[in-house]
Amino acid sequence: MTKLNRRGFLLASGAAAATLSAPSILRAAGDTIKVGGLHDLSGPLDATGIPMNEIFKLAIDEINATGGLLGKEVEAVIYDPQSNMSLYSQYATQMALKDQVAVVQGGITSASRETIRPIFHRYKTLYFYNTLYEGGVCDRNEITLGTTPAQTVEQLIPHAMNLWGKKVYTIAADYNYGHITAAWVKRYVEANGGEVVETEFFPLDVTQFGSTISKIQAAKPDLILSALVGTAHLGFYRQWTASGMKGEIPIASTTLAAGGTDAVILTPDEGNGILTSYGYYTSIDNPTNAAFKAKVKEAYPENTPILSELAEVTWEGVMIWADAVRTAETLERDALLEVMESGKSYDMPAGMVSIDPKTHHAVRDVYIAELQDQEFVIKESFPQVQPKDTQMVCNLEETPDANVHHEISL
Amino acid sequence: MDYALIIVIEMLRAISWLVLLASGLAIIFGMMRVINFAHGEFLMLGGYITIMSHNAGVNLWIAMLILAPLCVGVFGVLVERFIIRFLYGRILDSLLATWGLSLLMVGGVTLLFGNTVQGVSTPLGGVSVGEYQLPVYNFVLIGFAALLMLSIWAVLKFTKAGLIARATMQNPDMAETLGIRTTWVYMATFGIGSAVTGLAGGLLAPLTGVVPSMGVNFVGQSFITVITGGASMIAGTLSASTLLGSISQGMTFLTGPVYGDAALLLTALILLRVLPQGITGRIFKKSL
Repeated sequence: MTKLNRRGFLLASGAAAATLSAPSILRAAGDTIKVGGLHDLSGPLDATGIPMNEIFKLAIDEINATGGLLGKEVEAVIYDPQSNMSLYSQYATQMALKDQVAVVQGGITSASRETIRPIFHRYKTLYFYNTLYEGGVCDRNEITLGTTPAQTVEQLIPHAMNLWGKKVYTIAADYNYGHITAAWVKRYVEANGGEVVETEFFPLDVTQFGSTISKIQAAKPDLILSALVGTAHLGFYRQWTASGMKGEIPIASTTLAAGGTDAVILTPDEGNGILTSYGYYTSIDNPTNAAFKAKVKEAYPENTPILSELAEVTWEGVMIWADAVRTAETLERDALLEVMESGKSYDMPAGMVSIDPKTHHAVRDVYIAELQDQEFVIKESFPQVQPKDTQMVCNLEETPDANVHHEISL
Repeated sequence: MDYALIIVIEMLRAISWLVLLASGLAIIFGMMRVINFAHGEFLMLGGYITIMSHNAGVNLWIAMLILAPLCVGVFGVLVERFIIRFLYGRILDSLLATWGLSLLMVGGVTLLFGNTVQGVSTPLGGVSVGEYQLPVYNFVLIGFAALLMLSIWAVLKFTKAGLIARATMQNPDMAETLGIRTTWVYMATFGIGSAVTGLAGGLLAPLTGVVPSMGVNFVGQSFITVITGGASMIAGTLSASTLLGSISQGMTFLTGPVYGDAALLLTALILLRVLPQGITGRIFKKSL
């Protein structure tokens, strides 16, 4: 037994303290592979961010349970940007420089993505953005897996118009997502021989929809297309039902329950019959999805996270990255990008997913589903839909150094 | 013709809405010169109490009209005792403290109840006005706004408590020398102001999505209404709500919600430039 004197003790504890306080430097080349997760775990976006983060952690656990990557364990590095853009940029820089993570998954709103995307671009830290958004990002360093308006609106409009008629009244949130989506709606309505009788935009804090509900009744459209965003805007569906119009004019939405929670906050009376179109629904019937849902239920038996496109695509992000690491047998960004650009198809809960080498956006199955008693019932599915909107403005094969978010104007 | 009637009803509804939102704040601000930055979160608390107790099986009207104001009122008294009473006369400090409180409440409610709770549908259904359909609930809002204004007026004008409150408001030192315990008056006032806010939150719950962060959507409108109205509780709230409500709603009908919001802000801006003390700083000066 060694005798512990004071000097020896101080040396040993000092070394231990140094290891604890400066883990990034010592462990950077060490025994784990770090993967960054940047989702809002508090603040107004927490209802969306928490399920994404839980699925992110689950995906990391899954990789470790099957032996890790390159013989090493994968370690999740998670920060909470609190729905605050300055924290986003701070944590993104920290992940890239201090933690030196191999890849980052996250960002929810377009604002947060445009805060962190240039940072990861500059430091060449591979970045996965897993949210449906308005399209237009052109950056070889980013893999964008969520759906864009051209993928979903293109399917939703003809489906709804066939069911209900040709006169469409658009209501949308007053920021770039709403405006771009409204423009796509107009394009596809006209392409299908219909007419947009009116388009109204709503600032995100509008809670009273009485005047709009009256205006809609005056315009007598065949259907309403809603790209409203956020919980304040849920008031529209509530007040629409209260005015007794629910059965009179049907609603299709590009946004309702995109994060999954709206379906629960609205009562069945208010939500039933609303059509939506996303890249993932829990009711998708395939073995991969069944296994995925079982895994989620097993990992989170209580407070099971609501599985929306955002949460499922986060799983895809981690898994597609891990597959690239296994194939390329390295963490080197360019080697991984080459694997993903090779047009490989991935069997995911949402269906087959591949990455379009020109835009780094996903080519994926898109579904139309109707809300019934707080669950989505799938009505139609469309295999392998291309991200046509981003393809109009972006070609990474010609401009691999692009670092821009195009405003797609129609 | 029907459309004109609809516009009038919608304007009345918008005015009532501002009255309900702002009354609680006006009571606290008009009486105590304390700016409660957690006002939006008090509304949120009223909304949460309503939907939580309704989901637990309580009758919606009881939850909305009794439980919500009661609980938020009690909460308000506690807040006054533990935080606000140390900060009288220190407007900036109370601003900071109540802002901190608002963050605490958002975090606390998220932790306790979660951020995804099924809401309640608007009760009472719709009614036809000519070719148009309206929620009957609109008339409930208008009725409660009128009732609220009327009862605040009656209490201040005809009861002893009202007299004491007015005395404290006008000259706290003199009131104190006459044997009125002004600290208790302040406590009661804060409690009543909070209860009124709780009621507004309860009435709001069946109209919108109730989530912990909803307060920010309402705090702006409430403050603009109170500041534009000026110091008099009733005349101020009523005149400001009428002016702002009808202008913003009129613009919304004419052009859309974006310009409706802008019109509200522009009106408030011009009014405060011309009448920096609020409407009741110059007009209706002696009114309650």
